[in-house]
Amino acid sequence: MSWLPYLVAVWLFLVGVYGVATSRHMIHLVVCLAVAQSSTYVLLLAIGYRNRGTAPIFKDVPVGTRAVDPVVQALTLTDVVVSVTLAALILTLASRARVHKGTMNPDELTALRG
Amino acid sequence: MTRTARLALFAVGAAGLAALLVTGVAGLPDFGHYRGPYGDVLNQVAVGERHATSVVAAVVYDYRGFDTMGEELILFCSVLGVALLLREHREGRARRDDPVRSDALRFFGLGAVAPTLLIGLVVIAYGYVSPGGGFQGGVIAGSAALLVWGAGSYAAFQHVTPESLVDLAEAVAAAGFVLIGVAGLVATGVAFENFLPLGTPGTLVSAGQIPLLNWAAGLEVAAAMTLLFAEFLEDVMIREGDGS
Repeated sequence: MSWLPYLVAVWLFLVGVYGVATSRHMIHLVVCLAVAQSSTYVLLLAIGYRNRGTAPIFKDVPVGTRAVDPVVQALTLTDVVVSVTLAALILTLASRARVHKGTMNPDELTALRG
Repeated sequence: MTRTARLALFAVGAAGLAALLVTGVAGLPDFGHYRGPYGDVLNQVAVGERHATSVVAAVVYDYRGFDTMGEELILFCSVLGVALLLREHREGRARRDDPVRSDALRFFGLGAVAPTLLIGLVVIAYGYVSPGGGFQGGVIAGSAALLVWGAGSYAAFQHVTPESLVDLAEAVAAAGFVLIGVAGLVATGVAFENFLPLGTPGTLVSAGQIPLLNWAAGLEVAAAMTLLFAEFLEDVMIREGDGS
């Protein structure tokens, strides 16, 4: 079972992309995208995990205590920020699409008009 | 493309991608057997080198400080994009207000605003000592503003987050982060290199310039969140005010 967390990440990514591909509503699409992106958090944190390792914070424990990888945790933080910015921009475009085209269904947003 | 055609195409692509990903993760070290070396090296040297007891904060604001600047600017650009797209054609349009009428909700909801803001500030302040930091605390502090809308009213939200002030905070924080990096460049010849006394590890007076970068990130994120909430709320209020 030592691969299970990695397979969870693969599964989360695939169901998220499935949701994006079949979405009928822009807000649903943003939520699906968030699911797909959360797979990267699981993958990063799983890669850096170490059995019986503590958090990489050496305030109450001495330096040298068995700890998990801090680099992937910092990368996950970056990842979360990117996820938020993307969600905000897509929701904005969805709001504009609703004003101009009167629909939130990506299937109905077909032709591009300048 | 029809939905069935798209689903078929997705099924083919997803099957291929799944096979690739599973083969890929099969080559990773077993879960729980992290091999390093970067994390181990940082866990050994970060407290001694940077006097920050939270190694994650040392990585975010020091070892990867330049990347975090990029991350800050991504957030800045995204908020800019949202504001540019949503602020068009707003002048002179009717705005609805939606005060919360339940006294209990107003009492407990608005009572939670100050504690939420305080928790956000504490999470920012101790970011380089214990878990937390500017990004995490900034989101909590920003959500205190949203709570003013959720338990109070849109007018109250607008009153506590004057647009010009939040815009200014956002810009000052983004510029401050960059300027601290430039100050390191001027003082030591390397961008984001520490140029302040390191202080005592485990206290608030520690970690050199990391506290400054941490607070710049906290202010930036809190202002960015508040601006995003403000833009989306105004969009809803105007549309419903128009009766459309």
